[in-house]
Amino acid sequence: MSSTSTILDPAFEDVTRSEASLRRFLHGLPGVDQVGAEARAAGLATRSIKTSAKEFALDLAIRMVDLTTLEGQDTPGKVRALSAKAMRPDPSDPTCPATAAVCVYPDMAGIAKQALGTSGVHVAAVATAFPSGRAALDIKLADTRDAVDAGADEIDMVIDRGAFLAGRYQHVYDEIVAVREACHRENGESAHLKVIFETGELQTYDNVRRASWLAMMAGAHFIKTSTGKVQPAATLPVTLVMLQAVRDFRETTGRMVGVKPAGGIRTAKDAIKYLVMVNEVAGEDWLDPDWFRFGASTLLNDLLMQRTKMKTGRYSGPDYFTLD
Amino acid sequence: MPSPFEYAPAPESRAVVDIKPSYGLFINGEFVDGHGASFKTISPATEEVLAEIAEADEADVDAAVRAARTAYDKVWSRLPGRERAKYLYRIARIIQERSRELAVLESLDNGKPIKESRDVDVPIVAAHFFYYAGWADKLEYAGHGADPRALGVAAQVIPWNFPLLMLAWKIAPALACGNTVVLKPAETTPLTALLFAEICQQADLPPGVVNIVTGAGGTGQALVGHPGVDKVAFTGSTAVGKAIARSVAGTSKRVTLELGGKAANIVFDDAPIDQAVEGIVDGIFFNQGHVCCAGSRLLVQESIAEDLLERLKARMSTLRMGDPLDKNTDIGAINSGEQLKRIRELSEVGDAEGAERWEVACELPTKGFWFPPTLFTGVSQAHRIAREEIFGPVLSVLTFRTPAEALEKANNTPYGLSAGVWTEKGSLILKMASSLRAGVVWANTFNKFDPTSPFGGYKESGYGREGGRHGLEAYLK
Repeated sequence: MSSTSTILDPAFEDVTRSEASLRRFLHGLPGVDQVGAEARAAGLATRSIKTSAKEFALDLAIRMVDLTTLEGQDTPGKVRALSAKAMRPDPSDPTCPATAAVCVYPDMAGIAKQALGTSGVHVAAVATAFPSGRAALDIKLADTRDAVDAGADEIDMVIDRGAFLAGRYQHVYDEIVAVREACHRENGESAHLKVIFETGELQTYDNVRRASWLAMMAGAHFIKTSTGKVQPAATLPVTLVMLQAVRDFRETTGRMVGVKPAGGIRTAKDAIKYLVMVNEVAGEDWLDPDWFRFGASTLLNDLLMQRTKMKTGRYSGPDYFTLD
Repeated sequence: MPSPFEYAPAPESRAVVDIKPSYGLFINGEFVDGHGASFKTISPATEEVLAEIAEADEADVDAAVRAARTAYDKVWSRLPGRERAKYLYRIARIIQERSRELAVLESLDNGKPIKESRDVDVPIVAAHFFYYAGWADKLEYAGHGADPRALGVAAQVIPWNFPLLMLAWKIAPALACGNTVVLKPAETTPLTALLFAEICQQADLPPGVVNIVTGAGGTGQALVGHPGVDKVAFTGSTAVGKAIARSVAGTSKRVTLELGGKAANIVFDDAPIDQAVEGIVDGIFFNQGHVCCAGSRLLVQESIAEDLLERLKARMSTLRMGDPLDKNTDIGAINSGEQLKRIRELSEVGDAEGAERWEVACELPTKGFWFPPTLFTGVSQAHRIAREEIFGPVLSVLTFRTPAEALEKANNTPYGLSAGVWTEKGSLILKMASSLRAGVVWANTFNKFDPTSPFGGYKESGYGREGGRHGLEAYLK
């Protein structure tokens, strides 16, 4: 999982050199027409995914879930239970795949790591004064290192939305670069970095596109819509704009970046709409847990229920699926 | 390599629609036999015969016009607007209730994808009846005089590209204004008009207010040439439109014509690029390009042409072509063998004139009429594919350097039905919109229709407006 890839794309040295050059670049990106983007997302959502395609999509969606608990009331017991669920989402069916990761606060990363062991399910930790990001940089970096030291395979950081909206792009960029540095381990490996925009606060699709490029240039492995603490969280059109950004970024640099919508995706039907969008906008290369994730908790049980329905032809009640 | 995420077939059920083996003419509220030679209507996707259709000869047309005249004199012109509105609202509601049936039948008979007939055609049809129902008792406030009157009997001839939608565009305003109608659907797509006739019966519309006569060109000629009609409304090709205009010249008949087009879709270098690509695809591949206002000429600013074309080709490669009844189909069948022949011929002219053809690599079904989404680059104004209406999924790509050049090229056509402008700069949109000689100018979108918005052409694209308050004028004096 961890790797020591080069930090920056030399292609963007000129762009990231100064506040002015960053601004010129980000504001020179093609605009997003809100009506058109929303119409495209709504159009893709009418795809009808049936039988074999639905079976494929449900299993893939389960494998893409970052099973999440981010509450003040989280305890080691809760995190262990969630980890067990992540490894064996459907205890009655050994063919059911595990989720991609368990997503917790940094102080729970060690517990999750211990519980998940060598199962292959990753530990993702939200860091950098999640969810608001309102703390000094050294605190954010300490928060990150703490999670990395506890064994987190992935760090979900938040950007400084205040700085972004004030036009201080260099500040946001430098912070992402610094957090990515903090993801390095002593053994030379590095935790993967997901960069959360909180698109509900950025509000416009133009901002989402700019934030996407800013984070990708700063070396993000994943770009992520939301913390789940602000409404609206993930939406189809926001994810569309981000998928277009990672597609265009690969065209330019050859480097692939993942996308993670998080928050508000609760049903299998919704998840399948996202997968259709991944397939038709970014392309099939992104149809993999390494490149697309769902940040979710209640979604998993609906996926399991639909999966069981596909296999048995019957719906069983919610009592037949575990609540963790 | 096949995609790991291969969409399984998701066909809409045909069981919802009950197609009879044969259909008569709808005259004076009843289905009657025609006296011409009957003809068959087929599904263009499979060439399967769907039904046998009666052909109306001159005597049948005469009977229909007489029925319309009687209904006008005795019933419809005497009803107050609010009573006419009740019938129109009722029809609109029945269309909504039977929307799935109408959508499936339209896709079967026309070849268009079910997602378009279901999500575009039929909802706009219902909206049109609702909209004009609202006008029926407010005509004196529409700005067409203090005491506007109906014209009488309207002869209406419609094309095969949007069979039911064009019927709605014609019948809804005519009835709202107090006219009665005789309508001839296209010979390749009569079925939804005949189902609409059943809906008129279901709505208890007084007999003779709506009459449907099926047939080909001869039936249409008999209808528009009939001395008993007061108004001729035609949507179709410019050649036939000219013939109609000649045939009614010197009579008291009022005429509106909605004819061909060769719309320019103009993309400036500051356009929202992903949405522009969508708009180009919607502009030319919507309804297999069988759209009179299709954006068949792409004018793209030279500085972004290469990038835009790459994105466009990538997007075109994701279009799904096939069974019109499959809910995931984006591109359906060409409506007829005759139309397919014309598309092929003009595309070959494009090759011969030196334009470069690129088409989506896809397997075409062996039966039925199919043409892959295609674009031609290196096209200049002198090429026939930049001047003549192809009426198929074929896009001609031209470039420009400045707004003035874009405008000059866009207006350099005998047509003037629609145009599109793509830029993030509002002032440029306003400048272009006021200088483009086209009835509709879309800004950062394309092929959007709404009953409240007037639609119609400049120059050889016809005259008169349909839709909106303006659309009432064609049916009032």
